[in-house]
Amino acid sequence: MKAPSFNDESLLRELAPQVLAAVVRRFSDFSAAEDAVQEALVAAALQWPQEGVPANPRGWLIHVAARRMSDHVRAELARRRRETVVMMETPAAERVVPAPDAIESVEQDDTLVLLFMCCHPALSRTSAIALTLRAVGGLTTAEIANAFLVPEATMAQRISRAKQTIKKSGVRFQMPESSERAERLGAVLHVLYLIFNEGYANSVGPDLQRVDLSNEAIRLARAVHNLAPDDGEVAGLLSLMLLTDARRAARTAPDGAIIPLDEQDRTLWDRAAIDDGVALISKTLSRGLIGSYQLQAAIAAVHDEAARVEDTDWPQILALYGLLERMSDNPMVTLNRAIALAMVHGPAAGLERLQALDADPRLADHHRLHAVRAHLFERAGDHGAAIRYYRSAASRTSSLPERNYLLMKAARLSPR
Amino acid sequence: MKFMLLMNAPHGTGDYEIFHWPEADLKAHVGFLTRLNAELKAAGELVGVEALTPPGKARVIRAGKNGTPEVTDGPFAESKEFLAGYWIVDVASPERAYAIAARASGAPGRGGAPLNMSIEVREVMSAPPVEG
Repeated sequence: MKAPSFNDESLLRELAPQVLAAVVRRFSDFSAAEDAVQEALVAAALQWPQEGVPANPRGWLIHVAARRMSDHVRAELARRRRETVVMMETPAAERVVPAPDAIESVEQDDTLVLLFMCCHPALSRTSAIALTLRAVGGLTTAEIANAFLVPEATMAQRISRAKQTIKKSGVRFQMPESSERAERLGAVLHVLYLIFNEGYANSVGPDLQRVDLSNEAIRLARAVHNLAPDDGEVAGLLSLMLLTDARRAARTAPDGAIIPLDEQDRTLWDRAAIDDGVALISKTLSRGLIGSYQLQAAIAAVHDEAARVEDTDWPQILALYGLLERMSDNPMVTLNRAIALAMVHGPAAGLERLQALDADPRLADHHRLHAVRAHLFERAGDHGAAIRYYRSAASRTSSLPERNYLLMKAARLSPR
Repeated sequence: MKFMLLMNAPHGTGDYEIFHWPEADLKAHVGFLTRLNAELKAAGELVGVEALTPPGKARVIRAGKNGTPEVTDGPFAESKEFLAGYWIVDVASPERAYAIAARASGAPGRGGAPLNMSIEVREVMSAPPVEG
């Protein structure tokens, strides 16, 4: 029987965390295991298209990575290089691969344990993001560097330092104790959320050279959801990502200019993704025990279900932001609630609510506060104040498309 | 050869002039620069392009005691010009870099008239030659 042809890189990406988990479990040296698995993935990417996918691709990868690990343990670099060459030149049929049943079984939760490791609190956020994309996402260092628009050497250093930090902190390859599991899962979700946002905020135009970080974050969130289907916050985050990403095609003009939610062409929204996200969050909310990702997903769902902007159910959004505000001490939530308040009770009510935020040092000088105030003054008919705040918001944002959008708003209100 | 093209905006204080332009002029200006960047990218000449936040957000840092940063706030009333952004281009000749700089300099301003702002062109130093 002819082996199936190999033309699907996603198979490697899917197997990468499982293989890494198996090797880390056996050798307990995360840093070296990670290198060994990357080498095995490269070998597979080179050989499988020519020779076909082996009958047990995961076993093949674990076997090759484990051999690299043994080489590493012997620490004979020159010899390792020779072996690599021999390995590459040996036809697949002559290579000894243990029978599938000889390979230790890979536990389902291993990918989750790996995620816990990569998102360990000892790591900085940027390190955790890079390590997660490489170890769990199966991306190469070059791909990650390209996605974040930094030189490859910089990203390689970031990943290498992250691995050293894990080594030094003595983290074991095991599930966190149940007492700290919720907190650690929170850290994992936060890292996935940041990866999604990085992709979403920077997705201007179809740049095929860049790995799509938003899709990557959705893929990883879905994997976690499959491993922990009963966790409401995991489902909430996945739903939030789907419902936000569904608007992608409508949120930028062909020239890269920002189109805000209330001006988007809603026929461009991805209905299938919206249906997925809504079904997921409806099922989750019906189970009770509501967390902040679920509430944010619920708010996104209310927006996405309105066929026209004037159909938006603002009273419901206001109520959801009220719940969210009680749950978290985040001034951005208060800011968004003020917008909902203005949509339900008029701009004056929203502006009054904003005054409380002037005293919050986390937000007082933030461009978002100025932009929202400008927007509410515009709705209230005070164009002079609106222009002032649109411009002060523009001078504070560090996003060029956003700056241009705010300047356009100011210019549109200015007397000719 | 690589060149850095430094775009200088007038005034070293507060916001940029474009903050107070009418919508049509703003659109024309932003559109012009977006097209220029797309062209440079398509030609394989664009290494990088960055825009910088306005003078009001600028800070000057000097090492103080024990290397701790001593921060001086902008704005800088004395400076007549202020770095607003830069390109790095990889081109065949200095003349090509000058041509690109001239295009950028002529970006439309108020009422659509070319700004003719000053663009400083500096060659980027390269790695040492390979011995062999």
